[in-house]
Amino acid sequence: MTTRLIYFAWVRERIGMPEEDVELPEGIDTVADLLRWLKSRGEAYEHALQYPDVIRVAINQEHVDHREKISGAREIALFPPMTGG
Amino acid sequence: MPDGLVPKVRIQHQDFDIAAEIASLTQDRTDIGAVVTFSGLCRDEKGTLSALELEHYPGMAEAEIKRIAAEALTRWPLQGLTVIHRHGKIRPGENIVLVVTASTHRQAAFEAADFLMDYLKSRAPFWKKEHRADGSEGGWVDAKDTDANAARRWPSSE
Repeated sequence: MTTRLIYFAWVRERIGMPEEDVELPEGIDTVADLLRWLKSRGEAYEHALQYPDVIRVAINQEHVDHREKISGAREIALFPPMTGG
Repeated sequence: MPDGLVPKVRIQHQDFDIAAEIASLTQDRTDIGAVVTFSGLCRDEKGTLSALELEHYPGMAEAEIKRIAAEALTRWPLQGLTVIHRHGKIRPGENIVLVVTASTHRQAAFEAADFLMDYLKSRAPFWKKEHRADGSEGGWVDAKDTDANAARRWPSSE
């Protein structure tokens, strides 16, 4: 299944693209798994996800924590802590 | 939601008119005793900022603010609620965000506005980047622990 990954703010700048479609390999069950896998995809990802704990994640446009299962997610967004308001 | 009140939530680049937003909540009503507005402005304390660029997550920004607004309605008896958040390039002195709460009495209106801003700061998907007056690109504004802590002072509704 194809999953759309969307990046914002400095996560977007460091990875070097606003979004991409990926085929998740077997064994990527949770958000934490996804972050670990992405981080291994090259220097840009390594730079963006150097400190995975600070990365906020939304699945299908709702906030989730890193233990959340990602099965069935159409859209997963990765971004830094928010600074609106 | 109490009384079927649907909060007005708008994500837009253009500025807003605070008086018009208050009027749209209070016109033709006689049961509202208190209106609180909070507006957040782009500030430049050191004279070095040319603008803030507000990036947002289209779709989720509106959805998340609606979730926060719905939560406020379960906690306080509000008769009107409007949240407007701007995105794009915003210059010092310009408006960024508006919260308007209307209620029978002031306490609910004050507290709900305070709650909405605390939650909006830590949960609405917006990110600020600085553009400096000397033409250089500033960095991304860091999230403040004080904002996350402010959101935590409200008791959980669960």
